[in-house]
Amino acid sequence: MGKKVEIDAAGVYYRQLNEQIHTALENGADTVEIFNIRGQRYIGNAVEGDVRFILHGVPGQDLGAFMRGPAIRVEGNAQDGVGNTMDDGTIVINGMAGDVLGYAMRGGRILVRSDVGYRVGIHMKAYMDKSPVIVAGGKAGDFLGEYMAGGAIILLGMDTSKPEAPITGRSLGTGMHGGVIYIRGTVPRYQLGPGLHFEPLTPEDTAFITKHVRDFCTEFGMDAAMVLDADFAKVKPFSHRPYGNMYVGTN
Amino acid sequence: MKAPDTFWQFDKDISGCGVFGVIDRKKNLISGSMPISAMCTMHDRGNGLGGGFAAYGIYPHHADKYAFHLMCDDQTSLDKAEKVIKEFFDIAESQPIPTRKTPAIKNPPIVWRFFVTPRQVRPRWEHLDEADYVVSVVMHINKTVAGAFVFSSGKNMGAFKGVGFPEDIADFFRLDEYNAYIWTGHNRFPTNTPGWWGGAHPFTILDWAIVHNGEISSYGINKRYLCQHDYECTLMTDTEVVAYLLDLLIRKHGLSKRMASRVFAPPFWDEIDRMPEDERRACEALRMVYGSAMLNGPFAILVTDGKSMMGLNDRVKLRPLIVAEKDDMVFMSSEESSIREVCPELDRVWAPKAGEPVIVEVEA
Repeated sequence: MGKKVEIDAAGVYYRQLNEQIHTALENGADTVEIFNIRGQRYIGNAVEGDVRFILHGVPGQDLGAFMRGPAIRVEGNAQDGVGNTMDDGTIVINGMAGDVLGYAMRGGRILVRSDVGYRVGIHMKAYMDKSPVIVAGGKAGDFLGEYMAGGAIILLGMDTSKPEAPITGRSLGTGMHGGVIYIRGTVPRYQLGPGLHFEPLTPEDTAFITKHVRDFCTEFGMDAAMVLDADFAKVKPFSHRPYGNMYVGTN
Repeated sequence: MKAPDTFWQFDKDISGCGVFGVIDRKKNLISGSMPISAMCTMHDRGNGLGGGFAAYGIYPHHADKYAFHLMCDDQTSLDKAEKVIKEFFDIAESQPIPTRKTPAIKNPPIVWRFFVTPRQVRPRWEHLDEADYVVSVVMHINKTVAGAFVFSSGKNMGAFKGVGFPEDIADFFRLDEYNAYIWTGHNRFPTNTPGWWGGAHPFTILDWAIVHNGEISSYGINKRYLCQHDYECTLMTDTEVVAYLLDLLIRKHGLSKRMASRVFAPPFWDEIDRMPEDERRACEALRMVYGSAMLNGPFAILVTDGKSMMGLNDRVKLRPLIVAEKDDMVFMSSEESSIREVCPELDRVWAPKAGEPVIVEVEA
């Protein structure tokens, strides 16, 4: 049986809050529940191992940055830079999230119930057995998957505060040279960045989407069959070196 | 410039500016303590080199008079500025802006306010309408009176700003004692221009006030364009151009706020090509006529006058902006946490799309 620590973050400066968290972990806590969070930055930053965080309030920038292993659940909305360069673990946001979510993420999984901001999954990458995944239940802003080099983004476009907006913004996947983006529904061709195209789903794609959508629905109490009963568009780059001929060779 | 040898010990919070605004649609008054505590939540978005607030509805007993807020290096510059003001205006009241001694605020300038009305017989600019006349005198003082700046010139509103964190500036100006139906606040992290008293936000002219997180890379073009229309930039900070562009485009040229936002953050040409005919032609015309008023660079701005608050992002959204509603109040902020700090339960929260203005008007 593990040890649970509760922290009240009301009026606590982010440095002291993070010190309290690290002290709790050093003393053997495996679950940390924090209340009244008001924008304190870097929560879960670089924490390693099998630890659970339950967060109430609005955590600040760079939630779970560089972390390797923990499971964070936010009961509410998150701000910008969630999962910046995270290596492993899970972040679940029971609400919406801001810009540059999953920036340079290299492993683990982020599930967001509702909308995500701009430049989500920018520079995600994969290596050997590491392959990060982002699932967002709402809509995304421009530059989704910009410069993406690996991993997968699944965008559902269902739980959104912007019913009139298109499911993704402009410049979708600009500069993408690896990984894959799956979008529930259809995306106009003009929203795609250069060097990208739509591909039909393979059985492996369908199995992958099904697995992650089921987990997503379990987290947020949704009906997976209903979510999966739709067409998904698959966005891939033509080549893994789309800009290989952009500059003049030097030899 | 090289990183210091001990760069790994670098212990500085790198950040951007922070903005916060609140408007009550029914003009119910909101205590200054609300924007102050919201700005406190975003303390780390600034670095102590600039903080400020704008407040509307704070001078009901002088609502028909222009409230000039001045900052002056010394008594001589204040005397000179007062002499100029007397030439052009009848002064109904002249008084120091109430302040309290605040340890964090070092060497503040003299801050003074005048409630004024234009003189019946004008020494200059007889042909101008009243608002243009006021703008001309503000420009004239800021340009010619050494050490004196008019940093607020609207009716029943005022800007309060200086070098310090916003909570210290608020303490200095005793803003907890004011009540207003619109508040905006700013926490500055100056990057390209000096952190001095005049360079703090908000920037104002007449009833307009603007707070800005970002950087106006088109400052040079905007400044020269404004110069052709008799607006002179004297405060050495990029955001100043936005205040004057608002006055030019909306008050003088009669553009709607929505159209002005399309001048500031125009749709891309390929988006314009896909628009219905009428909208396409309107957007093309705005880009062609007002190319020099386009704001290039990252921005999240909050624009206010006595009747409205507008939030706007640059067209590729390089700065954060969150909007939230609770009953008659609408909040706009760099961070949702600052809104939740002052209003934990919200009816609706969303992040507006890039280049799409959110305009909230007070009810008539």
